[in-house]
Amino acid sequence: MLHDTSPAAIAIFAAFVGGVIGLSMYLGRAKQSARDYYAAHGQIHWFVNGIAFAGDYLSAASFLGICGMIAFSGYDGFLYSIGFLAGWVVALFVIAEPIKELGTFTLADALDARFKSPAIKLAVAVSTLVVSVFYLIPQMVGAGSLITPLLGLPHAAGVIIVGVAVTLIVVTAGMVSTTWVQFIKGSLLVFFCAVTTGLILDRGLVENTGSLAPQVRTVRPDGSVLVDGAPQTRDHDLRPVGTLSRLPERYAGRRATGPLGPLEYLAALEDSTVVTWTAQKRVDAAGAHTTYAPVERQGGDLLKPGGYFRGLTSGKLADRLDFASLMLALFCGTASLPHILIRYYTVKDAAAARKSTVVGIAAIGVFYVLTLYLGLGAMTSGALDPTDTNMAAPLLARSFSTTLFAVISAIAFTTVLGTVSGLIMAGSGAVAHDLVANVFGVAMTDHEKVRCGKIAAAALGIVAMALGILFKNFNVSFLVGWAFHIAASANLPALVMVLFWPRTTRQGVAAAVTVGMLAALGWILLSADTFEKVYGLSRDLAPVPFSQPGLVTIPLGFLVLVSVSLLTPPATRPA
Amino acid sequence: MPDHPLPPRASRTGLVLFWVYVALYGGFMALVLARPDLLALRPFGGVNLAIAAGMGLIAAALVLAVVYMVARADR
Repeated sequence: MLHDTSPAAIAIFAAFVGGVIGLSMYLGRAKQSARDYYAAHGQIHWFVNGIAFAGDYLSAASFLGICGMIAFSGYDGFLYSIGFLAGWVVALFVIAEPIKELGTFTLADALDARFKSPAIKLAVAVSTLVVSVFYLIPQMVGAGSLITPLLGLPHAAGVIIVGVAVTLIVVTAGMVSTTWVQFIKGSLLVFFCAVTTGLILDRGLVENTGSLAPQVRTVRPDGSVLVDGAPQTRDHDLRPVGTLSRLPERYAGRRATGPLGPLEYLAALEDSTVVTWTAQKRVDAAGAHTTYAPVERQGGDLLKPGGYFRGLTSGKLADRLDFASLMLALFCGTASLPHILIRYYTVKDAAAARKSTVVGIAAIGVFYVLTLYLGLGAMTSGALDPTDTNMAAPLLARSFSTTLFAVISAIAFTTVLGTVSGLIMAGSGAVAHDLVANVFGVAMTDHEKVRCGKIAAAALGIVAMALGILFKNFNVSFLVGWAFHIAASANLPALVMVLFWPRTTRQGVAAAVTVGMLAALGWILLSADTFEKVYGLSRDLAPVPFSQPGLVTIPLGFLVLVSVSLLTPPATRPA
Repeated sequence: MPDHPLPPRASRTGLVLFWVYVALYGGFMALVLARPDLLALRPFGGVNLAIAAGMGLIAAALVLAVVYMVARADR
């Protein structure tokens, strides 16, 4: 669909970007030590850090991706929310306090605290960069993809605006400015999602059948687009979809329920009839045709598992293992993500690390409950773009007012800014602190360590922009999932065993990180999903039995660590 | 050869709460995998088990986190 651009959205986004860059320059005006740059001198208040956790963690995938998945497929998007939040339990109860006491600037500091081994620092720095780049690419491509429908600018403009803004934020004041940007973003995101949810409940459910005629979108070989056989224009475009065709019996004779409570809304939707749209693709000499056709479904069918994860009802063991593997990776991955873990160094002690995680869990938990309502509200808003699931949340907002559309669109971009700044910060520490200083042994003064970190951040910013433009036409949404699997397989076994198994050796840690990372990456590259979506080959050619690797590669990381540790000399213990 | 002191560990309270949550999360995922049809039931008349359990898991994470914060308040 062609979307009208919103000058108000551009103005709000420009004001936000200008504001955070100004704030960063203000915070970065004083001379910085390495501890200031990499860890905000450990002086961030635990409440601010907790909200910044939310700002760091809630990426475009969480906000736009989950809303879109719920709007188009129902309950299964909420399973992602449950898995993403559950990972924070591992972070709070197992990782938060020990890692704060072990490390100084990076994940490698913590894993290597007992051993002082360049091999561990090298393995963890590489794993940090791999995870961060896989996480970074979809954020940057997402920024480019969003800017055209929301702000009317070309893809590259979105990538460059985000890249330049984030680089300025990070190089001016490092972790201090990154923290405040994430705090502001996290606060705005949760607040405006709550406002939108309030509006959804106040509107209640409304019957709105609209036209149920199928729609065909054709992309011709020259790139031009036809809608139902005629050129696509603003006056001849796909119709918005996502309607409710029948309210429950108890509302007989009414076309709207009126305001509903949070549980009433869900119960009424279960008893309603909802129109969802399927997409069938066909390619011939005239172009690629996608036919969108309506299907009337009971609300109850959309509010149970199986709408997106079809394997749950297929009866095949491999499909169920695939789902179990994804849920395991979400559970284990959060506490293994380098850009999340470095936030523990920004508070003063273990108690502050604990309290900030609790605040983070509260903010993120509330957000994920709100996304359920945003997704279901979008599903029945009559405003969905059948070609773009990521537009569900902004289009839902537009069904209320153009001002809310402008605000939600601008927040979608700030979402990218907050997450990318955390990723650039993690990558900067891995390059400057772990690789240059500790692996290559370059002697640096404190001031030089800061300068090296800023140069690394600027270089990573340029790489991020290049990747965002390079991967423009590539389906990259699954890369965030890859990042969780790789992080969980490479980092979690080492983190847990360093904390709980005294017999762990430096060789065991280095081997587990390396094998976990390569095994997860290798499995993904040989999976059916990658064969189909990346290589364009048949799924049947894939040699591994299911696509999500965590169920195999996370235990493999533990096995390698234990085996190698038992085969190598134990670390010397204090007398 | 430097000494290698053992790192600080998570508290016993934290580990107990962690296993409580693992049981809740694992139980829910087992139900999703083994009997997804049961999650469509509406034993309380309003929302179905899938929604109630999902909301419950999110609420449980927050409740256990607050319990942990209170239990460790003096440390």
